[in-house]
Amino acid sequence: MNKKPKFDLWTVVMFGLLGLYGVFLIYPLMNLFAQAVIDKDTGEFTLAYFVEFFSTPYYFNTLINSFKVTFWVTILTIIIATPLAYIFARYKIKGNGLLRILIILSSMSAPFIGAYSWILLMGRNGVITVFFRDTLGIAIPNIYGFVGILLVLTLQLYPLIFLYVSGALKNVDNSLLEASENLGVSGVKRFFMIVVPLITPTLFAGGLLVFMRALADFGTPMLIGEGFRTFPVTIFNEFISEIGGDDGFAAAISIVAIIITTMVFLGQKYLSSRKTFTMTVLNKIRPEKATGVKNFLIHAYSYTLVSISIMPQFYIFYTSFKNTKGLTFAPGYSLQSYYDAFDKVGKAIGNTIMIPAISLVFIIFLAVLLAYISVRRSGVFSNILDSISMVPYIVPGSVVGIALLIAFNKPPIILSGTMAIMVIGLIIRRLPYTIRSSAAILQQISINIEEAALSLGSSKLNTFYKITMPMMAAGIVSGAILSWITMISELSTAILLYTGRTETLTVAIYTQIIRGNYGISAALSTILAVLTVTSLLIFNKVSKGGDLSL
Amino acid sequence: MSVNIKINNAVKKFGENTVISDISVDIKDKELFTLLGPSGCGKTTLLRMIAGFNTIEGGEFYFNEKKINDMEVSHRNIGMVFQNYAIFPHYSVRQNVEFGLRNRKLDKAVVTEEADKFLKLMQIYEYRDRKPEQLSGGQQQRVALARALVIKPDVLLMDEPLSNLDAKLRLEMRQVIRDVQKEVGITTVYVTHDQEEAMAISDRIAVMDFGVIQHIGTPQEIYHRPSNTFVATFIGRTNFVDAHYLANKKLVEVGEYNFKVDNISLEKNNDVILSVRPEDFLFHEEAKTSLKGVIKDSFFLGLNTHQLVELQHNKQLVEVIRESSLENELPIGEKISLSIKGHKVNLFSKDSKENLVKRS
Repeated sequence: MNKKPKFDLWTVVMFGLLGLYGVFLIYPLMNLFAQAVIDKDTGEFTLAYFVEFFSTPYYFNTLINSFKVTFWVTILTIIIATPLAYIFARYKIKGNGLLRILIILSSMSAPFIGAYSWILLMGRNGVITVFFRDTLGIAIPNIYGFVGILLVLTLQLYPLIFLYVSGALKNVDNSLLEASENLGVSGVKRFFMIVVPLITPTLFAGGLLVFMRALADFGTPMLIGEGFRTFPVTIFNEFISEIGGDDGFAAAISIVAIIITTMVFLGQKYLSSRKTFTMTVLNKIRPEKATGVKNFLIHAYSYTLVSISIMPQFYIFYTSFKNTKGLTFAPGYSLQSYYDAFDKVGKAIGNTIMIPAISLVFIIFLAVLLAYISVRRSGVFSNILDSISMVPYIVPGSVVGIALLIAFNKPPIILSGTMAIMVIGLIIRRLPYTIRSSAAILQQISINIEEAALSLGSSKLNTFYKITMPMMAAGIVSGAILSWITMISELSTAILLYTGRTETLTVAIYTQIIRGNYGISAALSTILAVLTVTSLLIFNKVSKGGDLSL
Repeated sequence: MSVNIKINNAVKKFGENTVISDISVDIKDKELFTLLGPSGCGKTTLLRMIAGFNTIEGGEFYFNEKKINDMEVSHRNIGMVFQNYAIFPHYSVRQNVEFGLRNRKLDKAVVTEEADKFLKLMQIYEYRDRKPEQLSGGQQQRVALARALVIKPDVLLMDEPLSNLDAKLRLEMRQVIRDVQKEVGITTVYVTHDQEEAMAISDRIAVMDFGVIQHIGTPQEIYHRPSNTFVATFIGRTNFVDAHYLANKKLVEVGEYNFKVDNISLEKNNDVILSVRPEDFLFHEEAKTSLKGVIKDSFFLGLNTHQLVELQHNKQLVEVIRESSLENELPIGEKISLSIKGHKVNLFSKDSKENLVKRS
């Protein structure tokens, strides 16, 4: 109901939240912007950085490269995942429970770990490459550069589309499919004429998410890209490198990145708003048993895809138990890599639990409040807050890292090098997702229930924590676990913000890979994977097989 | 406690859009007062203004002498029953019913005792420890009613409480609501779009359309003497026939047929809209001075048979109801003669659509 907000407790909360966003999001971004357009020496306004970026092919090409990769990753994920989700919804697949878990699992690790594993498998000295070369005498093309990034990111991100489309298919009434068949359209033709148009808004939404993740991913192109540089790599290099690096230039590239993601975001919003349908589902699509060749094909497709995407994880798991000699693997098996890992970077494990855990507490607290304001309150400030809270969604992780560093390494607030800045980074990055999932839960709770409580003499605060909160609880907890999983595998912000004391597992894995310590990095990756799987199992328990929303 | 609700010149706007422009109504103590109208007529909006869920852009709302315009919802002491019941899903039946009492910081024994009383009154005592999801729609409705009444509210507000129930339960719950309302003796405002439900349950009804009250009266008044053509069609069924009123002879002319009417507030001859309920036509086997027509269609509905008759003089279609008989019904195409129960008809002005029959 349209309700003019009166001044009450929620108004105070609203301004408090606006203040927080002002300090920890708007101020750093504005600062970043200033950095990009103000000459460091003279203090005057300048567009020199932008001119340099667009006029130097070396830099400008990184933008083209990023686009090329991101565009094709988005297309490919949609092409391979949409049929997979449809097959899972329509047909009985043997072992589909296990397959589902593996699909989710393959998306849950940090992409760069996948990249690293693919190098071990198909790099210049990868086991598969060597096998083909030495045993079969065939030289297979190596996977560095564009193809490698495409492969890794596609296999990493198609589960997002799979989950989105699976969710959307639950909202398609089976009678639509039956009606179509009745009118003479079935099979593949029906898939394109009926199913695809119905789930188009979902494809847009999922595609956007894939696009944002692929565009912002830093670790994969860093490891497997070699000469093929994308712009998160450039930002990182410009910012970190001690010789020739330039904060102002990094800031300028960041601004370009934000402008591009904003345009993509708005474009997606516009397109999908024109294609939305509301459907009421009486008969869900139920999986049927397929027969003959069809049955074989759908099983072959599902199993091949899932096997390829989970293979890197298993290979790393396997190598973590191999003996190492110096930096390379040696024959025989032991737990040596684990001893070394604990010895060298044991603290990283503690940090990986501690930092996301602290962030999570804040995220839940803030997300519930923000979701409530966005769903239940209307008015100018609520709308502003709602828009601001979605800003981090379009700011790539490395840009968040740079913005925070530039803003908080000088007075009035100095946070660089502390655990606090890492916590803030994670909160900013993860908050939009948690707000969205909490808001979705809240939308399903009829406002009448709160009104009933008010009419029975319960105050607004009392209503919120006695009625609204308990009803949201289950959804919040499962959302929180998902946030947790993404936070423990976060790299692109952490890599900029960490110091020796606040190193996390992903950062440790990354640095060990860069140093060539494959044994230790495999062991650490396995520990991270165990953490992830455990969290996923808890999620399944809590959500009672509910949907994953990322 | 006796409470009457007085609303003076209420105005409700959503942004630029005025939903209720100027409503004044006086709801008497212990009365079951119904707001009836098609969807979008503002009836729920008005109810929610009384409840405090909607802001009030103009006018005054009183419970007795107490102005409630700016009073917090939680301080108004109202009992509200929602269309979707709004039962708290994470509380048991008993916890739902006790919720309002607990907010009043009453003694624990009193809370239990009062809750028990209403659980028993609504016949849901045996389900007291169940969770709402284990209850049927009718049972949930009983919980909602018990929860609203247990706090001894000054007024009871009900927003389409029966529309989510199936037809049979609706009749049953209608009776339950009526009985409980009389037993507790509480001023009640009831919102519905179902005219039959409104007639069956209400002491008085306000028929609303376009944010304006078109007619306030007892069910009998609004059925027999609807204030305008909208009310005449919205409540029950009616036929509008073009007619002419002869003021000096107090005669209504329809084609060649005419009949006498009293109490018409019209000083001179004029064209009028004659409103005849389908049951107020009489059949004549032989043609005397009567309204002539041809049967165009016929619907057998059991107790009654509805027939569509085309009037001979102006080809207008009217609906006529007759009690069904065992003998052969009149076939389609049959020429018939009708007369009209003159004392029951209404005449409406052609311009204002207002009723021209003087109210006694």
